[in-house]
Amino acid sequence: MWKSAAGHNVSTKVAAQGGGDDDWETDPDFENDVSEQEQRWGAKTVPGSGHKEPISVSELRAKVAAEHEQVKHQETTPKASYGYGGKFGVETDHVDKQLHPSYEEERLRVAEQLPCRELQAGMLLSLMGEPQQYSLPCIFIYGHRASGKSHVVNVLLKELKLPHVTISCAECISAGLLFEHVLLTFLGADAAAALPRSPSLSDFVRIYRQHRSCRVAAAAQHTTRYLVLEKAELLRDMDANLLSLLVRLQELVEDNVTVILLSEIVWETFRPNTGCLEPLPLHFPDYTKGELHEILSRDRHPSYSADFYSSYIHILLGVFYAVCRDLRELRHLAALNFTKFCQPVTEGKACVYVVWSPVKESDAHKLWRNIEPYLKKAMQTVYLREISSLEWDKMQQVETEAGPLRALSAHAHVELPFYSKFLLIAAYLASYNPARTDKRFFVKHHGKIKKTNFLKKNEKMSNHLLGPKPFPLDRLLAVFYSVVDSRIAPSARIFSQISSLVTLQLLTQVSHAEQLDAPKYKCAVSFHFIAAISRTVNFDIVKYLYDFL
Amino acid sequence: MSKRKAKDTPKPIGECITQLQKYLRERLCHDQLPSRLEASEAQHKHLLGLLQRTAIHGESNSVLIVGPRGSGKTALLKCVLRDLLQEKEVQKNLLQVHLNGLLQTDDRIALKEITRQLNLENVVGDKVFGSFAENLVFLLEALKKGDRSTTRPVLFVLDEFDLFAHHKNQTLLYNLLDVSQSAQAPVAVVGLTCRLDVLELLEKRVKSRFSHRQIHLLNNVSFTQYIERVGSQLSLPDDFPDRRFAQEWNSSVQSVCEDKSVEETLRRHYNFSKDFRSLHMLLMLCLSRISTVNPTIKPADVLEASRLCFSDAKSNMLHGLSILELCLVIAMKHLNDVYEGEPFNFQMVHNEFKKFLQRKSNSMYNFEQPVVMKAFEHLQQLEMIRPVDSSSAKTQHEFRLMRLTLDNSQIIEALQKYPQCPTDIKQWGTSAFG
Repeated sequence: MWKSAAGHNVSTKVAAQGGGDDDWETDPDFENDVSEQEQRWGAKTVPGSGHKEPISVSELRAKVAAEHEQVKHQETTPKASYGYGGKFGVETDHVDKQLHPSYEEERLRVAEQLPCRELQAGMLLSLMGEPQQYSLPCIFIYGHRASGKSHVVNVLLKELKLPHVTISCAECISAGLLFEHVLLTFLGADAAAALPRSPSLSDFVRIYRQHRSCRVAAAAQHTTRYLVLEKAELLRDMDANLLSLLVRLQELVEDNVTVILLSEIVWETFRPNTGCLEPLPLHFPDYTKGELHEILSRDRHPSYSADFYSSYIHILLGVFYAVCRDLRELRHLAALNFTKFCQPVTEGKACVYVVWSPVKESDAHKLWRNIEPYLKKAMQTVYLREISSLEWDKMQQVETEAGPLRALSAHAHVELPFYSKFLLIAAYLASYNPARTDKRFFVKHHGKIKKTNFLKKNEKMSNHLLGPKPFPLDRLLAVFYSVVDSRIAPSARIFSQISSLVTLQLLTQVSHAEQLDAPKYKCAVSFHFIAAISRTVNFDIVKYLYDFL
Repeated sequence: MSKRKAKDTPKPIGECITQLQKYLRERLCHDQLPSRLEASEAQHKHLLGLLQRTAIHGESNSVLIVGPRGSGKTALLKCVLRDLLQEKEVQKNLLQVHLNGLLQTDDRIALKEITRQLNLENVVGDKVFGSFAENLVFLLEALKKGDRSTTRPVLFVLDEFDLFAHHKNQTLLYNLLDVSQSAQAPVAVVGLTCRLDVLELLEKRVKSRFSHRQIHLLNNVSFTQYIERVGSQLSLPDDFPDRRFAQEWNSSVQSVCEDKSVEETLRRHYNFSKDFRSLHMLLMLCLSRISTVNPTIKPADVLEASRLCFSDAKSNMLHGLSILELCLVIAMKHLNDVYEGEPFNFQMVHNEFKKFLQRKSNSMYNFEQPVVMKAFEHLQQLEMIRPVDSSSAKTQHEFRLMRLTLDNSQIIEALQKYPQCPTDIKQWGTSAFG
């Protein structure tokens, strides 16, 4: 550290001697040559600090474009290590070849109809094997709704022309309908006619065995037949032994038949008490965001470019993806809102920040600004099926400014007479306040209430979480009289209004219908609704609620 | 490159693969009978002896074959019948009636089925019988042979025997076993069932007529025998058309069975269950990966098949939930932790979710109540939450009590695998406090 040591190399770090200290000592060679300009913004010795020059965006653009070209070039030129083709072709991904080799030409046709489901289709094909070979007795395919289960199965079976029958269990209210359908499709009208009136499982198996040698539609001998059952979870509620029968159908009828069950629910809930033949479970995973984008972009309007539609889908997914991943719902929403989205382009102008400006297809930002409030409104109405798509279209065409959203369910804008409103308010108070607190709220001179007992409540006991409690009619009337300002006599009119509230399902009757002298009721409206009503009569309901003390 | 034959692969390979698939699929999917059952020699001898005594010497017998699902009861019976029917006398005389508890759900239906299988419909015609017993005796009398005055031996096979015990009064069982005890006709009653406690289901009078003879198939294989079984199930028999291919295939099967990672996987399967059917499912999944581009079996095939077998279904379904639904599941998990498994309703879950949103001051997931309700109902449709009681009349939707059918470990595993899960939600999910 001495000046005499200046000749030595003192810039090396001495980490061994309590390294942190050295940071505080200045280097003897240090020369402060920081100019005033530079002094304002950071230190020379610290990299990355200091006033940065403005980035030249055009330079950045050019650099990125050049790099992109490079990367693209690298990807598209064939790599020497993979070979250039020839007699056996270039080595492709192994997954591609999972599809059974005897189905080559069908594979190409099928791949178009099954986007993003190639892996599952390949798996299914390899399990099915060749038509003459035996396959598993039962396959259980599960996955979320609209994940392509029935679509894949049906497309495969149709394209490969395999004998099959697809039945939705929701249509078969009795097992007999299922049996008749199966026999008709597989074995012809004779077999179906041989089935007695309300067939038992035994009849079905017997007739199948008798007729199994006769074939419909000239299918080759011993081809595997497929019985596809959609919504298989409903089989659990049908005949007790039906599910156990269907999973072992191959063994019981001694024929080459495979049963494919499609369901949203996992297999554990299907298993009967004493067990049954376990099917092979096959999972159809949900689509990723990219795959959803790809599939939704397929139904693009022909008069607009693919990029335009793709950006629209991007915006739609941005709003709805966090809430809903169901492909069918998203397609419905995409179809409904597209006209609104391209309205600025067709009209040639859009209102952005209250200024009308011209809009082209590529002005994504303006289009987004235009459509965003409509998509948010759609989430609260069409997504919830509060209004039909026809009404939604009408609303779009009316083209008013997006005012306060009218609550659309009938429940929300029912108009009640004056005393009915107070009855409802009284019912709400009676349901959600415990009976012991009535004195405090509704009696004018209630004396001192001990605070400790009163305010001791933990959050779980909040009545707004547990639900309304039943109250007798007397209590309702007592609260009603203390809540209403004017003096009214108890007459049939008041009582009949209570009955009409029950008919409107704003109150529910809890006691038995035969108990006439002391009926009990419960209030069945939400806080939002009752707050709106009390506002119309200038009643501050929050003051009277125990939970909001 | 349209048909398989036009591809430039040597023709025999495609043919061989087809033959291979045909053989193995018949063995694995169609439960083709092996030439001899290795694991149950003693049971085979016992049952064969019993049935021979009925068929040849006219002695009535009853026996129950008991074993868990997939342990080879039907296979044992079929093997024994196959060996039994090789004798000419038996083949000429023995009558078989096969009943199944799943199909014949009523005694009346069972009786019709017996009549049909004994081909006595013409004889019975339109007769009306007073009781079940009269009907059965009439049927058996009608089976008297021409020259001798004894009836032909009948073998009754009752599949899913425990389901017959649920019929009213157990009439069929009582009568069949009664006939087998009395000296009326040589009758053998063989029941197959998966319940070990089947005798508890029988009434006293039925149980006393039963001979209490039980053959148990309890799958007592050791691990080495299990691996041998894997090898033998996958090997091709000697009469395969292409000898060279069969030898190559068998040697690849051998090498796979000796592989270390495959052994670990098979041990895992062995610890889980030792029965034939789950083994066949695993081997079928391996077999489905065999094709002309992949003509021999490799350890990777077995590992992949095992992974598919052991994947947890509920975690797979959790993977596909939307973010809002995932948040609701995490809120329910916290409610379960705090209140130790008490049922909750929608308002409580929504409240918990709102507390999380307030803490994180994150307005991105601030959805309206009806939207959150729709997500909640979707979870109910997937049966991830179930209502505690089934009465839906009196309580409003928001206040119905529900329970979560998922386990904490499944939820945490799903959070790890969830694609692009936001970090604050992941932290909320994995934290111990709500």
